Amino acid sequence: MARAGMNAPSRSRLPGSRLHLHHGPIDLVIEAWGEHLEVEQAYEQAWTRFQDILPTLVSELAVLRAALREPYPLARGPVARRMVAACWPHRSFFITPMAAVAGAVADEMLAALLAGRTLAKAYVNDGGDIALHIANGEHLDAGVVNDPQRPQLAASVRIASQSAARGIATSGWRGRSQSLGIADAVTVLARTASAADAAATLIANAVDIEHPSIQRLPASAVKHDSDLGDLPVTVAVGALPLHAIAAALERGRAAACAMLGTGLIEAAYLALQGEIRVAAHTQHEWRLSA
Amino acid sequence: MRDPEDAPESAEPITGDVIRCDACPVLCRIRTGQAGACDRYANEDGKLVRVDPLLILQRGSAAVPFLGTGKAWSGNLISGTDTFITGIGATTTYPDYKPAPYIVSSKLGGVDVVTVVTEGIFSYCGLKVKIDTDRFLGPELAAVRVDGEPIGHVTTAEYGSQMLSLGGVRHLTGGSKKEGNVTCDAMLRLANKQPVEVKVDDGASIVVQAGAAPVVNGEREERMRVGCGSATIGIFAKQWHGHADEVIVVDDHITGVLTEHQAGRFLEMPPAGVRVRGRRSTPGRYFKVAEPGLGWGGTDITDPLAIIEKIDPRKAWPGMRLLMVSTTGEDAEWFVLDEKLAPIRQPMPGAIRMVVERIVENCEPALCTVLFMGGAGGSLRAGVTENPVRLTRSVKERITRVTCGGAPVYVWPGGGITLMVDVLRMPDRSFGYVPTPALVLPIEFTMTPDAYAGMGGHVDRVVPIERALHEARIKAEAWSEENAWPAQA
Repeated sequence: MARAGMNAPSRSRLPGSRLHLHHGPIDLVIEAWGEHLEVEQAYEQAWTRFQDILPTLVSELAVLRAALREPYPLARGPVARRMVAACWPHRSFFITPMAAVAGAVADEMLAALLAGRTLAKAYVNDGGDIALHIANGEHLDAGVVNDPQRPQLAASVRIASQSAARGIATSGWRGRSQSLGIADAVTVLARTASAADAAATLIANAVDIEHPSIQRLPASAVKHDSDLGDLPVTVAVGALPLHAIAAALERGRAAACAMLGTGLIEAAYLALQGEIRVAAHTQHEWRLSA
Repeated sequence: MRDPEDAPESAEPITGDVIRCDACPVLCRIRTGQAGACDRYANEDGKLVRVDPLLILQRGSAAVPFLGTGKAWSGNLISGTDTFITGIGATTTYPDYKPAPYIVSSKLGGVDVVTVVTEGIFSYCGLKVKIDTDRFLGPELAAVRVDGEPIGHVTTAEYGSQMLSLGGVRHLTGGSKKEGNVTCDAMLRLANKQPVEVKVDDGASIVVQAGAAPVVNGEREERMRVGCGSATIGIFAKQWHGHADEVIVVDDHITGVLTEHQAGRFLEMPPAGVRVRGRRSTPGRYFKVAEPGLGWGGTDITDPLAIIEKIDPRKAWPGMRLLMVSTTGEDAEWFVLDEKLAPIRQPMPGAIRMVVERIVENCEPALCTVLFMGGAGGSLRAGVTENPVRLTRSVKERITRVTCGGAPVYVWPGGGITLMVDVLRMPDRSFGYVPTPALVLPIEFTMTPDAYAGMGGHVDRVVPIERALHEARIKAEAWSEENAWPAQA
C-alpha cells in the first residue's frame, strides 16, 4: 500500500510518560496508569496495532464517505465497522460513517492497549475524541475547550467508574472537521468514543439558525475531498444577538435530549458565543470555569 | 518562503488546480489554497507544502529539506552547533501552566546554551509604524481606520517621518468584537510584511507595507526630504552662491529663504526682498507658509509663487534670479524678475539643475517600517521558569538573550519584558493569531545552563537539540546574517 517516500507511522514519548502516535491525519496521545511493565507492554501493543490502522481504513474510504442509508453497509475493517455501527442509529439524518472516524480509531486503539493488560486508567485521545478506560473505584477528569485556536479550559467533567461513559468527543465549526452548524463546541459523553463522535457531529449540526453574520460555503469548495459534497458548511460566524444564540442552542439541546432519551449519549455540553447549555443525567456534573 | 523540498516524493496533479498528496495512505486530493485531511500538508500554487512547521535557522549552509516524521535524520547537515530553533511553529502551551514546547540545549558559537522556544500569545501588543513622508497624513491623535473600524491613531511626527500607533489591547479587546477582529487582522498582515490600506480621520488614505514605499492617496511616495527647508539652505547655500540671487526652499515644517538665512548672510548675499507668507521664526526660517497637503514639500502648494506675499521694490531688482525648490527636490522652478519685478518662469540653468538633482540624490528612499511591540511579562514566563520574575531580571541583566524568530529585540527598561522587534528582520509569516483576538509571536530565550538552573528553569525538560529536531516537524532556513547569533556576547 505505502509507496516509497510515503511517511510511515511514527511514535514518540511525550513528557509525563505519554505516548504519541502519528500517521497521516491521525495523531494519538495515549496515557496509561498501572504497573510500569504493564504500561510499557500496553504501549507496545498499541504501537503494533497502529501499523495498519490507516492503510486498512483508507482501503474502504469510498463506502465510509457515502451517506448512510438502508441496507446496512458491510464494512470489513475493525475501525470501519465501529464507524458504521456508531452512525447507524442516526441514519434518519444526513450522516456518513466518517462522522465517527476519530472516535472509532480511539476505540480500536484502546481495545488494543487493554488486551490482556491490567491498568487502573487509560485514555486514547485522537484529536479531542477520546476513548477511556476506568477501572473500578477510579475516575478521570476531562476538560472542555470551546475554541481549539485558544486552548483554554471552559469546563471540566469528572467521569467516575460507575458512569457508563467511556467516550468523549467534541465537535464545532472551528474544529478540524466541517460542521453544518454554528456551535463553538459540542462535547458529548457516550459509552464509546465512536458513539460520542457521531452524536457530537449531529448535535453540532443542529446548533444552527439563519443569520446574516453566518458565512457558509459548499463543503467541497472548502475541502475538495469532503464527504459532505455540496452541503453548506460554516466558515465564519460573526457576533450574534442573544436571542439568536439562545434559539440555535435550543435546537441543539433538543437534539441532544432526544439522544439522551434513547441512550445514545450520556451527556452533552453545548457552547456558542459565551452561552452554554447542558443536557445530562444528574451524575455528570459539568463544572464551568468560564 | 516555502521550500519545494518540503514536499514528499511527489505531488501528482490530477485535474486543474487539484493535486494528490502522497504523504500518507489517505492520498487526499487537495485544491489550491486548501489543506489535506491532516492540516499538515497544503496545496500552494500547485505545489504540495508542509504547513506551519517548526522553523530552524542555520548558519553557513544552505537550507536543508524538512525532516519527515519516521525518516531518519541524515545528521550530516545539522550538527546542532550552527542550528537555532525558532519559536515559529513551536506552538504554545497557553496559558503556560506547562513548560514551553521546546527547551533545548545546544552549542551556539561554541558556548553551551539553553534555548527556551515558544509562541507567545500577545493580547497586549501593538505596532509602531514609521512612514517616511512629509505629506500630511492626518492630525495628531486622529483615528486610523480599516474597514471603518478604529485600529490606532496618528502619533508624533518625527524628522522626515510620520508615526502611527496601531493595535494595543484597547482596540483588540476593549472595543466591539468587529473592532477587535479588524485590528487583529490588520496587525497580522502588517507584521507579516503584507500591505494594508488605512484611512486617517480628516486625513489621507495610506497603503502601508513594511519595507515598501508608502502610497498616500494613491500616489507612491518615493523619497524622504533631505531635511527641513532651513537645513536644505544650510547644506546647499555655497553651491547656489553665484548662480542664484535668491533660493526659497518650500517645506511644510520650515520654509527657508537663502538671503535672510544665516547661511546667506555668511556668504554676504544682498537681501533680495522676497517676503514669503507664514510666521517668521528666526531670520530666513518661516513656519506655516501654507496648509499641509500633497503639494510642494508637504504643503498644499502647487504653484510656488502662491507663498510669496510681496516683493520689496527697494531691495529686489530686474533680472534677479530666483530658485524655488521643495525639500525633496521633486518640485523646482526657476524665475527671473522682469522690469516690473514680476517673476517670470525661465528654463533652469545647468549649474542650478545640478544642485536640485543633488537634493534628490540626498533624499533617502521613503519606506514604511513596522516595529512590533508587546509585553512578554505575563504567564508566558511560566513556560520558562517556576519563578517568573527571575527570568525578567535575567533578561534585564542581559544574561538571557531574547529573540523573536531569531531577530534581535529591544527590551524596554522598567518593569516586565516589554520588547520591540523590527518585523523585517524576522522570517516571513512569523506571526499568527488566535481569535481572542490576539497575535501569536515566536519568542526564544537563550542563556547558559547555569543561568537557566539558577532562575528555577524547567531543567528536567531540557533535551539536546538533536532530539528536539528528531521529534518536531522541521523546516530549515538560512540564518539572516544581518542578525547577531544569539549566543554571542
